[in-house]
Amino acid sequence: MTMPLLPTSRADAVASAKAFLGAQSRVRPLEIAFWLLAFAALFVGRSHHLLLAEITILALFAVSLDLILGYAGIVSLGHAAFFGLGAYAAGILAQSGHGDPLSGLVVAAGVAAVAGFVSSFLVLRGADLTRLMITLGVASLLYEAANKMDWLTGGADGLQGILIGPLLGRFDFDLYGTTAFAYALGVLFVVMLALRVVVHSPFGHALRAIRDNRLRARAVGIPVERRLVAVYTLSAAIAGLAGALSCQTTAFVSLDVLDFHRSAEVLLVLVIGGSGRLYGAIVGAVVFRFAQDVLSAMTPQYWQFWVGLGLVILVLIGRDRLDDLGRAIVARILPARRSPEGTP
Amino acid sequence: MLTILFDGISTGMLLFVLAVGLSVTLGLMNFVNLAHGAFAMLGGYVTVIAMQRFGVPFLATLPLAFLIAAVVGVILERTLYVRLYGRPHLDQVLFSIGLVFMAIAAASWAMGSSPQNIRLPEELKGRFDVFGVGIGRYRLFLTVVCGVLAVALQLVLSETRFGSRLRAAVDDARVARGLGIDVQTVFALTFAVGSGLAGLGGALGAEILGLDPGFPVKYMIFFLIVVTVGGSSSIVGPFLAALMLGIADVGGKYFVPEIGSFVIYALMIAVLIVRPNGLFARPGR
Amino acid sequence: MNRRNALARLATVALLGALPVSAFAADTIKIGLILPMTGPSASTGRQVSAAVALYQAMNGKTVAGKTVEVIVKDDTGAADQTKRLAQELVVNDHVAILAGFGLTPLALAAAPIATQAKVPEIVMAAGTAIITEASPFIVRTSFTLPQVTVPAAEFTAKSGAKKVVTLVTDYAPGIDAEKAFKEKFTAEGGTVAAELRVPLKNPDFAPFLQRVADEKPDAVFVFVPSGFGGLFVKQFVERGLDKSGIKLIATGDVLDDDLIDQMGDVVLGVTSTHHYSAAHPSPENKAFVAAFEKANGGQRPNFMAVGGFDGMALIYAALKKTNGDTDGVKLVDAMKGMAWTSPRGPISIDPETRDIVQNVYVRTVEKVDGHLYNVEKSAFEAVKDPVKAAKAKK
Repeated sequence: MTMPLLPTSRADAVASAKAFLGAQSRVRPLEIAFWLLAFAALFVGRSHHLLLAEITILALFAVSLDLILGYAGIVSLGHAAFFGLGAYAAGILAQSGHGDPLSGLVVAAGVAAVAGFVSSFLVLRGADLTRLMITLGVASLLYEAANKMDWLTGGADGLQGILIGPLLGRFDFDLYGTTAFAYALGVLFVVMLALRVVVHSPFGHALRAIRDNRLRARAVGIPVERRLVAVYTLSAAIAGLAGALSCQTTAFVSLDVLDFHRSAEVLLVLVIGGSGRLYGAIVGAVVFRFAQDVLSAMTPQYWQFWVGLGLVILVLIGRDRLDDLGRAIVARILPARRSPEGTP
Repeated sequence: MLTILFDGISTGMLLFVLAVGLSVTLGLMNFVNLAHGAFAMLGGYVTVIAMQRFGVPFLATLPLAFLIAAVVGVILERTLYVRLYGRPHLDQVLFSIGLVFMAIAAASWAMGSSPQNIRLPEELKGRFDVFGVGIGRYRLFLTVVCGVLAVALQLVLSETRFGSRLRAAVDDARVARGLGIDVQTVFALTFAVGSGLAGLGGALGAEILGLDPGFPVKYMIFFLIVVTVGGSSSIVGPFLAALMLGIADVGGKYFVPEIGSFVIYALMIAVLIVRPNGLFARPGR
Repeated sequence: MNRRNALARLATVALLGALPVSAFAADTIKIGLILPMTGPSASTGRQVSAAVALYQAMNGKTVAGKTVEVIVKDDTGAADQTKRLAQELVVNDHVAILAGFGLTPLALAAAPIATQAKVPEIVMAAGTAIITEASPFIVRTSFTLPQVTVPAAEFTAKSGAKKVVTLVTDYAPGIDAEKAFKEKFTAEGGTVAAELRVPLKNPDFAPFLQRVADEKPDAVFVFVPSGFGGLFVKQFVERGLDKSGIKLIATGDVLDDDLIDQMGDVVLGVTSTHHYSAAHPSPENKAFVAAFEKANGGQRPNFMAVGGFDGMALIYAALKKTNGDTDGVKLVDAMKGMAWTSPRGPISIDPETRDIVQNVYVRTVEKVDGHLYNVEKSAFEAVKDPVKAAKAKK
């Protein structure tokens, strides 16, 4: 990261830093176009709304992982723990007669945030591999717990009798999934707006500093542990939101929400789209689910093979190079609006 | 009571053989290879195919399982893995998860998705009593084979020229290269042996752990536990960790079946919190 | 798959999609078959889908003058996928019937869709008792675990065993089986000395078998999902429990027809209760097994396959009765009380519960022409699901 101008005085320095940071967080036309397109999809292509709702939820889940992986550099193979907690929280709430979706969301995010806060202390220490194992272990423990506590979770049968009330007291969840899609998209939009602010705030910059070099971050006075605990908690809360959305739009929760493959899948989604830039998670979710849908329609038994092959090739080519390619395309479409970070 | 201890030890020994290759790739090449279980599965299927289609006796298939897994391992190492040394762990995790997906789909395409069974020869069936402790013949066989392997590995590492080269390459690849050690070949050979041992473990373990296309994912966490808990800088660490894990797992299920499946995860998390680099990690690394 | 082929198929699909739907609706009846084709339960999906294809190959694709088209979807065993696929099949493909459902949570996840869209849901594999209560549109052609467990308990009690240990896999169907067995067996005057539950993901039975040995029961009752059966019996024998006079009584899942021949001679003489054996001596079954083995490279059909086959038989019969009318209520009404001879023997659909009523056989593993089979020895006739039967009495 280079400052665009050499500062001559303290006031100048502050002003130029502000301009630099401001340029980064400026809303780009591509972003606006994306959201317009997404909301426009609500009014056309009704037959795909179910898939789109699922993609939106997956995107939200991937965004939550991006916060800790892309911004804070914590590799997690157990993020489904928070997704699942959120799903069960919303489900159990709805089962006991409180079917209002929005209050369910809040409770689910709260439960997941508490769990995230508690377990964040476990991932503060150690190398990548240690964290990988601890996150994996926490998710496995929760999976086993949910299986054992069948009086609460329904065990392997899944949670029964979830009745979700109409959204905002007005819109029922329909068979075509239009309400589900609108709901999920709305939540994703709000979360993205909030996260844009977060990642471009000093807090967000501190996280990236920690990711790039923990020792140096500590040396310039960043309270590394506190920042990591905060971001892990935030990320868990958003994963909880995604889980709650999944539960409310399908009116069903089973042990599957805590399963390992869900943690692995969300990691793949994030990496396919590119980590550390929020929107990558959304792109990844779209690409991954559509690819899965097309591949599994062609070969219902062996689609996993092609996903695996794609992943191997992706890594071998190099994720960075794919990023460069994407950036080059964007730069060609919008040559005038090149962002300062685009020119290293 | 002692029978449970014995069962735990034999399970642990098996886990050691399965996981030792992973601990070497991790410790030596600093490579997170989640696809390690796929080599074990390959070994298992080699045994199944050799026995069912070609009528090879069980014992004779074991070297075969080792060899084929080792050859496939070295081919993949030379063509694919080698490009990822030194890349971020995340890349390695993704790459090896990709390999696992491919292995699972390929296995279910080639062998069907139902679990495979292996018919043991008569000599290895049944059990006998020693001072009231029931000992299964096959488990005894497992313990002996795996124990011999462990001792042999330790001897190779500490006494032979290859072992000292390997240790030199672990400690500082650059200096080792400067001393004229062909680090590449050492890496490739070590990877081959690690994969081969996994293959052998898969063949030996088919009887106890089962064998189906889901194998690499089902046991991945066990292998990782052995390596992370044991630390990846020697083979004594993983060996002790594997024994501990086997005994804790079997004992946990026997004495407290209600929470049996929690025991290993809880144990792992506890160990990693206290010693993030593993129980038996060398200090200063 | 070769790429040109795939492209051609994509193009065809796009073309078909462009045509107006009404052109098809008149003479095509679509069935959405949702099964786990990948993942840990993939073998269920393959057996059922193979049997469904076989039924169409044997009986033609037309019924009541209409073409029956089966659309297979893979839910990978994940319930949220099942739900979405069911929903999409209903709203996009306009299927008249949903079928398949490999596991209990998957069948339950689709139940609200069946109710909301008034589309019959034919459960061909999942086996927990409660499923049919989740929607008035659910009809089952597989079995319920208590249905095969209660006869096991009765048989165990009659064979003179007083003290029994149960050993089940720790998930809903296993617990269903454990409860059903204990209830019946204690009612018959026996005692259950220990109830052991094995974790689903870790099939090393050693510590649990040691517990069995310590209890010294007269018999041990076992339910584990089909893939683990061979391992279990082997470890049982390896521990010498067979020689210590402990009788092994299992549900048929343990001795899955698809796998039994590979389990080896250790399983010889093991007793189990179940609703289907590939060795069932009837002309219907001989034809079914022969055709299935021919179409699937020698693979033997198991109880999952027969569930799929009978599911199709039920759908065809119901369509014949409604004369091709695909109204969900009429179809379910037509299915209620339907009785026919399946490869497994005489079966019928209980008009009250929409669950299957069938014979449950007591079988012993024997060698027939050099291959291992579950040979049926005696039968409990026309068994209803005991859980729902008990509820009806109250």
